[in-house]
Amino acid sequence: MRTLRFLLRKEFRQIFRDKAIVAMIFFMPMVQLILMPLAADYEVRNINLSVVDHDKSPYSQKLISKIVASGYFRLTGYNASFKEAFGLIESDKADLILEIPHDFERNLIREDHEKLFVAVNAINGTKASLGGSYLGNIIADFNADIRMQLVTPPRFSQFPVIDVVASNWFNPVLNYKVFIVPGILAILVTMVGGFLSALNIVREKEIGTIEQINVTPIRKHIFIIGKLVPFWVLANIVFTIGLLVARFVYGIIPVGSLLTLYAFISVYLLAVLGFGLLVSTFCDTQQQAMFIMFFFMMLFILLGGLFTSIDSMPEWAKLITRVNPVRYMIEVMRMVILKGSSFADILPHVGVVALMAVILNGWAILNYKKTN
Amino acid sequence: MMQDDKVIVCEKLTKRFGDFVATNEITFDVHKGEIFGFLGANGAGKTTAMRMLCGLSAPSSGKATIAGYDVYTQTEQIKRNIGYMSQKFSLYENLTVLENIEFFGGIYGLSDERIKSKTEELLQRLGLKSEANKLVGSLPLGWKQKLSFSVAVLHEPKIVFLDEPTGGVDPVTRRQFWDMIYEAAHDGITVFVTTHYMDEAEYCNRISIMVDGKMEVLDTPANLKNSFHARSMDEVFYQLARGAKRGD
Repeated sequence: MRTLRFLLRKEFRQIFRDKAIVAMIFFMPMVQLILMPLAADYEVRNINLSVVDHDKSPYSQKLISKIVASGYFRLTGYNASFKEAFGLIESDKADLILEIPHDFERNLIREDHEKLFVAVNAINGTKASLGGSYLGNIIADFNADIRMQLVTPPRFSQFPVIDVVASNWFNPVLNYKVFIVPGILAILVTMVGGFLSALNIVREKEIGTIEQINVTPIRKHIFIIGKLVPFWVLANIVFTIGLLVARFVYGIIPVGSLLTLYAFISVYLLAVLGFGLLVSTFCDTQQQAMFIMFFFMMLFILLGGLFTSIDSMPEWAKLITRVNPVRYMIEVMRMVILKGSSFADILPHVGVVALMAVILNGWAILNYKKTN
Repeated sequence: MMQDDKVIVCEKLTKRFGDFVATNEITFDVHKGEIFGFLGANGAGKTTAMRMLCGLSAPSSGKATIAGYDVYTQTEQIKRNIGYMSQKFSLYENLTVLENIEFFGGIYGLSDERIKSKTEELLQRLGLKSEANKLVGSLPLGWKQKLSFSVAVLHEPKIVFLDEPTGGVDPVTRRQFWDMIYEAAHDGITVFVTTHYMDEAEYCNRISIMVDGKMEVLDTPANLKNSFHARSMDEVFYQLARGAKRGD
């Protein structure tokens, strides 16, 4: 225990003497949490729409202004022919073409039905499909409005209409930030902890100081714990700063208890740091460690359920997410912060992550060799 | 000499890296309080041999005991009884002189009072009092090396291993460094030292010269000069080392 005290004192001195690390610890969470949620938005806006209006009637004008007024579309072209509009798609100036046929108004009123043509530039898949469906919704809405104006609905509609009304629990107005901020915070803590720990032992190998440590009677597990604890503390600080940013910038106050959140984070960080330490015991240079960590971090983040839902992944990918610590972290963050889950609710998550922590740190201790 | 007087006993100690035999069946003993010079051209296998003796590298075959402990099975006991100063400066450059001393003292289990008194004594002897709170990285090489040595013997080990401790150091500092080595030997610490400076070899009680992983000769400097009909250690070394096939 006494040895550990000296180790910790040394690590903290070194960390706080390194200006770059201190800056990273305090500014990175703030900057990232403030910038990222504003820029990385699921909602697709600024969809470039080109309209080919063959009808040029009050109704077609009404439809177009309704579309533009939705705020999702930007009218980039008003073309005479589809061919001309298609040129815009080819030169990537338009994402969607809406073609309104001749006699749109007349058919709509007299015949009570009309067809519109929508062409989608599917190069940017998300933008195109979301844009297409937004447009479809707006047109359907427009259609309903027209019918209401033209025909007085009978007391009992002869066609049964099911109107689906969704109410969003835990995030009533579907505030995108409420959803993304806890996720980004989860990734941030993972990155800071993982990279700091992965680079640390390797750094000692590179400078040669590890040799001086290895020739002392220090016990291996004490050495590893001595490396683990400082980064555990730092990552907790980063997490706390992140929670404060979420509170004061986005007004996100965890519905569940902070104690539950910190209890999970404590165990989770042991797993992440253990992973970093394990990587560092395999590497000889910081460059190697960096690349290996990068590889895994990308996997962890992309398969973590922040950007894409795990439920919609193929079965094999779902299997991978089971050994991805980030997945559990993001889930717990959302459960506790948005839903107010209790410790009992997240117990399975804690169990899995604790198991990971034991395996990774145990492996790191085994793999750290004082005698080669 | 008595058997229990030997602090290093080495028998056919060998280290292979694949097909390459870095250290080839070296056999020798070192006595308590002796200054044992370990010479050889670059790549002769000195560092590898030294790392095996320190418990940093597991031997491929052969036997060796350090301070009575086996290099295969009792590396941790060995580490408690030795000091080591590697070729590459390996104190923490981003810690101050005081912090380095405190850290290594603590790791070796010295009590707080002991660390304090040792630090006092060490700073006094090295004349580093005014530099005590400076980062080690900012010190000139000569001071770094002297500090390194002092830290290596801080816990009063039975044996101290020095791997080219005076490489790149000016002659005056080298002289001071050897005074420190003599002092340590006088206190009963066995000194195992590698060097490329032949004048330093003359300061040793006995020297061995390694060529291509084998220990070619082992004797006192005077006897070696006699048997090689040489006027200086330089000549002895030259006669042996020019036959070497390995080099940089």
